[in-house]
Amino acid sequence: MAVNYNAKEEADGHPSGVGVPGGAGKSRKPDNTAFKQQRLPAWQPILTAGTVLPAFFIIGLIFIPIGIGIFVTSNNIREYEIDYTGTDSSSPCNKCLNVSWNSTPPCTCTINFTLDQPFETNVFMYYGLSNFYQNHRRYVKSRDDSQLNGDNNSLLHPSKECEPYSMSENKPIAPCGAIANSMFNDTLELFRIDNETRTPITLNKKGIAWWTDKNVKFRNPSGNTNNLTALFQGTTKPVNWPKPVYMLDSETDNNGFINEDFIVWMRTAALPTFRKLYRLIERKNNLQPTLQAGKYSLDITYNYPVHSFDGRKRMILSTISWMGGKNPFLGIAYITVGSICFFLGVVLLVIHHKYGNRNTSADIPN
Amino acid sequence: MAQDAEGGEDAPQVLKEEEKERKNRRRSKRKKESKTRTVRSNLLLPGPEAEKPQRSPLANNRLKTTKYTALSFLPKNLFEQFHRLANVYFVFIALLNFVPAVNAFQPVLALAPVLFILAVTAIKDLWEDYSRYRSDNEINHMECLVYCRNEKKYMNRYWKEVEVGDFIQLRCNEIIPADILLLSSSDPDGLCHIETANLDGETNLKQRQVVRRFLELDSEFDPLKFTSVIECEKPNNDLSRFRGYIVHKSGKRDGLYKENLLLRGCTVRNTEEVTGIVIYAGHETKALLNNSGPRYKRSKLERQMNIDVLWCVLILIVMCLFSAIGHGLWVWQYGEKKPAFSVPGLDGNYLSPVLAAVYLFLTMIIVFQVLIPISLYVSIEVVKACQVFFIHQDKDLYDEETDSQLQCRALNITEDLGQMQYIFSDKTGTLTENKMVFRRCTVSGIEYSHDANARRLAMYQEADSEEEETAAKGGTLSQRNSVSSHQSIKVVHRSLSMKSHRRTGSRAEAKRASILSKHTAFSSPMEKDITPDPNLLEKVNECARNLEVMRSHEQPLSQLTPELSDIFDFFIALTICNTVVVTSPDQPRQKVRVRFELKSPVKTIEDFIRRFTPSRLTSGSNSSSSSSLTTSKSMPRVGSSILSSTSTESTLLKLEEKLAHSPQMNNNGYSSQQDRRAIGSRPEEGELRYEAESPDEAALVYAARAYNCALVGRLSDQVSVELPHLGRLTFELLHTLGFDSIRKRMSVVVRHPLTDEINVYTKGADSVIMDLLLPCSSDDPRGNHQKKIQSKTQNYLNLYAVDGLRTLCIAKRVLSKEEYASWLKSHLEAESSIENREELLFQSALRIETNLHLLGATGIEDRLQDGVPETIANLRKAGLQIWILTGDKQETAINIAYACKLLDHDEEIITLNAESLETSAALLDHCLQYIESKFSNNTIDKTAGNTTVGFCPLSPPSSSVHSSLGLVIDGKTLAYALDKTLEDKFLSLARRCCSVLCCRSTPLQKSMVVKLVRDKLKAMTLAIGDGANDVSMIQVADVGVGISGPEGMQAVMASDFAVPRFRHLEKLLLVHGHWCYSRLANMVLYFFYKNAEYQPHMFWMNMIDALYQSLVCFYIPFFTYYDSEVDLFSWGTPITTIALFTIILHLAIETKTWTLFHWSSCIFSILLFFIVALVYNASCPICYPPSNPYWTMEKLMGEPVFYLICIISPVVALLPRFLYRTLQGTVFPTQLQLGRQLNRLPPETRNQIPNRLNIKKETIPQKPPCAEHCPQNPKSNDSDCFKACNQTPSSQSSQYGNDPAFPSNTKAEHTTGLSVTASPPGSLLCGGEKHSSVANSQERSLGFHEITHNTSEMESMSVEETFPWNTTVDQSSFSLLNWITSTPLFSRFGRVLQLSPHRLQNEVQDNMCVLGSISSLHQDFKGLTGKNSNDFQEQLKGTPTNFCKSETLETTFL
Repeated sequence: MAVNYNAKEEADGHPSGVGVPGGAGKSRKPDNTAFKQQRLPAWQPILTAGTVLPAFFIIGLIFIPIGIGIFVTSNNIREYEIDYTGTDSSSPCNKCLNVSWNSTPPCTCTINFTLDQPFETNVFMYYGLSNFYQNHRRYVKSRDDSQLNGDNNSLLHPSKECEPYSMSENKPIAPCGAIANSMFNDTLELFRIDNETRTPITLNKKGIAWWTDKNVKFRNPSGNTNNLTALFQGTTKPVNWPKPVYMLDSETDNNGFINEDFIVWMRTAALPTFRKLYRLIERKNNLQPTLQAGKYSLDITYNYPVHSFDGRKRMILSTISWMGGKNPFLGIAYITVGSICFFLGVVLLVIHHKYGNRNTSADIPN
Repeated sequence: MAQDAEGGEDAPQVLKEEEKERKNRRRSKRKKESKTRTVRSNLLLPGPEAEKPQRSPLANNRLKTTKYTALSFLPKNLFEQFHRLANVYFVFIALLNFVPAVNAFQPVLALAPVLFILAVTAIKDLWEDYSRYRSDNEINHMECLVYCRNEKKYMNRYWKEVEVGDFIQLRCNEIIPADILLLSSSDPDGLCHIETANLDGETNLKQRQVVRRFLELDSEFDPLKFTSVIECEKPNNDLSRFRGYIVHKSGKRDGLYKENLLLRGCTVRNTEEVTGIVIYAGHETKALLNNSGPRYKRSKLERQMNIDVLWCVLILIVMCLFSAIGHGLWVWQYGEKKPAFSVPGLDGNYLSPVLAAVYLFLTMIIVFQVLIPISLYVSIEVVKACQVFFIHQDKDLYDEETDSQLQCRALNITEDLGQMQYIFSDKTGTLTENKMVFRRCTVSGIEYSHDANARRLAMYQEADSEEEETAAKGGTLSQRNSVSSHQSIKVVHRSLSMKSHRRTGSRAEAKRASILSKHTAFSSPMEKDITPDPNLLEKVNECARNLEVMRSHEQPLSQLTPELSDIFDFFIALTICNTVVVTSPDQPRQKVRVRFELKSPVKTIEDFIRRFTPSRLTSGSNSSSSSSLTTSKSMPRVGSSILSSTSTESTLLKLEEKLAHSPQMNNNGYSSQQDRRAIGSRPEEGELRYEAESPDEAALVYAARAYNCALVGRLSDQVSVELPHLGRLTFELLHTLGFDSIRKRMSVVVRHPLTDEINVYTKGADSVIMDLLLPCSSDDPRGNHQKKIQSKTQNYLNLYAVDGLRTLCIAKRVLSKEEYASWLKSHLEAESSIENREELLFQSALRIETNLHLLGATGIEDRLQDGVPETIANLRKAGLQIWILTGDKQETAINIAYACKLLDHDEEIITLNAESLETSAALLDHCLQYIESKFSNNTIDKTAGNTTVGFCPLSPPSSSVHSSLGLVIDGKTLAYALDKTLEDKFLSLARRCCSVLCCRSTPLQKSMVVKLVRDKLKAMTLAIGDGANDVSMIQVADVGVGISGPEGMQAVMASDFAVPRFRHLEKLLLVHGHWCYSRLANMVLYFFYKNAEYQPHMFWMNMIDALYQSLVCFYIPFFTYYDSEVDLFSWGTPITTIALFTIILHLAIETKTWTLFHWSSCIFSILLFFIVALVYNASCPICYPPSNPYWTMEKLMGEPVFYLICIISPVVALLPRFLYRTLQGTVFPTQLQLGRQLNRLPPETRNQIPNRLNIKKETIPQKPPCAEHCPQNPKSNDSDCFKACNQTPSSQSSQYGNDPAFPSNTKAEHTTGLSVTASPPGSLLCGGEKHSSVANSQERSLGFHEITHNTSEMESMSVEETFPWNTTVDQSSFSLLNWITSTPLFSRFGRVLQLSPHRLQNEVQDNMCVLGSISSLHQDFKGLTGKNSNDFQEQLKGTPTNFCKSETLETTFL
């Protein structure tokens, strides 16, 4: 007996009713519904040259203008970049090439440069690193978000993820982990040289991190006092750092874990060649460009060793547009794809004329 | 108290604790008990000899099919789930995440998908188990009467409380709760009727017998007095076998047979009360041991898929290795430099490159785990479940008559249906309805053609075809519903009258009640109402009158003329030589409670003596029965050699004397006539219902009844026949020698009431009977006459066979008392022997069935099922090769093959009949050579003239198939052909033939043929059949289909799919199979990232496409964000988003049909992604480090670049695929796409097309046939397929269908011409009629074609009846044209036809207007009309000539 075969079928019978015509009135005839008979209203697109022609032309016609727009926008962005790694022996920073993390006194060097064109709008000052794999799997993991979020317990007991940068001299490291430990610690200063006088340019160090990072994700440890030194009591600085985290900046709202340079560094870059926002140069008034054309000098406190792994360090000055920094790729891509689609559209038109007729008129003489 | 000595092997899956104990206990027991089981009454007090724990609960009747208990569910289910490799892999990956050195994701996160999948499966299992539990419970709590020792009566108990050794009383219509040995029955003969429909689906009642010794008890059976011990075999699943013996207290043993056993699940019928002892209970009953549940087969797609999964594993490993080595090198290149971003290990040391590589390898496995589409398996399960649901729900696969729909028994091979290349079909019951209709007969050499009967049958056929036609006419499904009221009434009527309760596969005990309300099988009016042949009826009446006169004058019956006596005997044989039971459906038979003196079949010698002794008549019935008991007790057991031979001989001698003159006995039949009115509860004929084991028998009995020779009652010892004038005759039934397939005949031994002779009536296959006839010498005139009769009969038999009728010969033998007595002796010995009883009985039957006197022969028509020819035609068009494997004889098989359009009349048929291996080898070689030469000729033709292009753009898979060849092979030759040395030759011959017909094949041969094709040709095979003889073939084939018909459930039980009708195969294969396959294949490919029909190279195409797409998805964001301040998550999120868009759009390109579900699921997916991303990214700033993308999505959605990337990347990624699809759709469109295009056109245009495209109208709304064909042969060359598909429409469209390249039959050029003229007549005629709607005319011409088809089937239909509609077209010429082209005609017509086509063709080739030729054809026809229209009817009855156009017309027309 198929008693265990189709339980459902048995359930609707009348097992005890001997002689009762069970299920006699109930037909097994399937319902005649659109769903069960697979007759739902349906659209059956047929991809033929004739039907997709418009799509290709439309794509082409939309993409090309967009591409041009992006390309022009990108080209209008002013950008100036200096590689100050010092691998070249002629470079002023060549002397600093082999610094270590905590060399005292710090090695400094100055690089002069000339801007040919003025930077009209707000200027963003970046430091750029190449060949630096901030996306390394083990590197990315090496942090403790809850410590950075101001959790007092995590502050003293960093997560295992931070190993081996969680304890130093039997004290917990704050902030722990390899990311924090390898924080970029060069100092860049910009001077305008006007008739041999060096005028420092005001570099704004706030507002460079994501608002949510600064205000939500990163928090200093909580406590009664505003004294960060006390709050970080019992922790020690990361191995590579010259000074502890509560001495990153003089301003309280930019010190400790909520130091924006620190926050920017902690947002690990996706690609091995990256730039990170360092300072903002705001436009003072509408009369003068933010950076006039002319001579400038860049003072570097060279602390960050990259030569050992063939890394490069750069300073970048850039204005930005609605679509971010200078990048011609997207514009070119749009133009290219648009053109290809347009071209394919033409090809399909030809094909349509050649073959399409056969499908419509020859088969269906009308 | 039963000791079940067998181990736990046969027990159900679950062993309870106690069962385990028992098993252990049993193991220690003696070995010798392991073969049998001993059953004692439970009512006995534990005796001294019972040394074992008596109340062992071993085999109680509780049904437990659940797998789990509340406690064991979790561990057990988990354990079972881990048997699946996929789950193990999943868990392995998840656990890998817990290793800090290699983990990629948060371990808890990684566990989530595994847990989800495990949970879903567990919940599904739990639900299934629960519903099993519920149904178990329901069955366990059914009640039955069990004898209770304390109360001394039968008490109601639950089924689950029944134990082995209990006594159970069953009433009529109750369901049997366990396997019970029948000990007592209310039936005076100790019989019990059971219905086994639940078990095997056979609707006829089976007789069961009380164990012999208990039958002879005079008093009521008292369970308390039952002291015997039953020894029987251990539980097994063989329904047709039960052996054992019962040991009485006296030490005597009686054999037990399956006739003594009532099986669980059957229903007691026609018997008031039975009592028995439980032998097997619960899971040890045969019914439950037989239930294996759904089967698991792996589909071809799945097998291919597994290979691809392996490839995926390989790719994964390669990718991981690549990454790992690259990583190792990268780490190594830094050497001692220690970059700032490299993190030392826990101990402060940096990882060595090698170790880093190893770690990375493992990490990469985690990262790339999605490459192995584990979820694919889960998804496939879900998709298949849905497909099965839809197949079940298909209205077109539902059979109104039997109220059954298709069942998928194997749930996981739905998609294989779409890949079939070969179909092996049984004939009887599969192609034909297995509804036997008496057509004609011949008695003593004179043929009675039963014209009126044939006309009547034609009426039924017409009714059928009308229905069919209306169904077909409604092109779309919705139209089909609106059948005209007239037809729907007819449908209802039919469904009511023919509601035979063929049970479909569910043998659920619970449902059996519904059967009761239904009627018995084989009782459609078509089979019942037979119009007698007036001549024969007259003769029967005359014969009866004569007999009446003779009886009243006490004249010996031999005065009857031989012919009349033959007729008389013929009908008597038809009536009684069977096992038909006369019943009325609702009530049990009311029998006289008086015991008859006659016990039958004759069981003992003393019984025989008693019965043939006149003095017996005087003795009272009661005393005789009691005395017989005493004698039998005093006598030693028959069959044992104790009976001294001398005593036997003397008794026999004595009895012979007595038999020689016993005049009183003459009237025995008559005298009892009055007293026994109660036999057969309903004297009025109309209410009698015949329940036959086979439809043939029923057909014959109904036929005899039509001649007023009605079977009115059958008991085990007598048969009553109602005759005109003579009234009721009662034949004493001495023996019934049942039908078996080796003897191919059955016989009854009766004592004739009129002559008091002992007659043997034999009915069987003509080939057998003809050999057993009494040889007659040609010298003496009577012998000569007899010989003439024999040869005449043989001629008629051949004729019948040609007409596709099933033939049976009826013969008779008169036994002298001596002969009988000597035969009886050996027969009784055979019957009572315990070892090889069957063999001995067989021998015994052979001895009596010799020297027969031929009475006549019958021709029974086995009608084709509805829609069989159409189905076969469509299946063949779809490229399937259909073979018929039948046990029938060659002529019948060939005729059925013609009837169902498997063979065309202009096909060349190769018939292989060989007597030895050598000759078959030679024959095969010869045929191959012949075909070879033909084939080469054809190719030359093809290249040169382009006039005879092979027909098969749409037909069989191998290109070398010849449409014009049919192969017929008989069983004997098949046996040689299947020999190792010849099988290759046979195959290469067979695959070149369009149709193959194997006749006279045994079940084993059937399965061997299937196996041969499956293994050697590597083709997908489907076997369809309905009977037990098809089971082996069904099991061997890739897909087995059972027809749930009246032949029982064996085929269904063995099958993967069960359909009610053969015609359902069409939609099942062509629509559902295709859908399932293409849907699943699409899904699988999509999962393998990701297309069309599944082909090995498509996998790699998809892989390359996937690679391209992933490169696009990576590098566009890469270059966009190169050297920017982008962080890990702000870069990763766009990539994910792009990937999602790409995937969904990819799916959109591949989606062929868009319904609401598609739209909503696509939109839902995208919305879900964004919502989840937004919510997740906003909810938790510090969760799940390091994967903590806090606020990323929010930030990204504020940046235009994100949107720009999201737009361009999918476009770039999908451009190649989109382009490919477009080009394919434009330059190489599949038929499917063409069909869809057609479907869009305005209706008038659309209606025009079918003719041009030669596509059958019906299929247009769905799919043109070629589309079905192309995807179905994944192995066949794709481009070939495209070409084939393209050629058809293009070539035809270019010209009016008169193109020389018009795909037509290779052979007959004139045929082409004819079909050309035939195909446009509708439009042309209408054109002449000055623009009636073109569409309308098309409609008509198509309808015309369908009708055509029916006409060819029923040759005797008149023209006017065929064309009921009114057309303004000249009706006579129109219908005549059709008539001529559609019916097998005789040569006279043929010649005319031959003329006109030739003329036509000339004109056609000149590309002239066809109209002229048509009109010339008209003239020809008009001329003919006058001459021949009156003669049509008769001439058509002539044998079909080889000049037949109908099928050709058909093929080209479609």
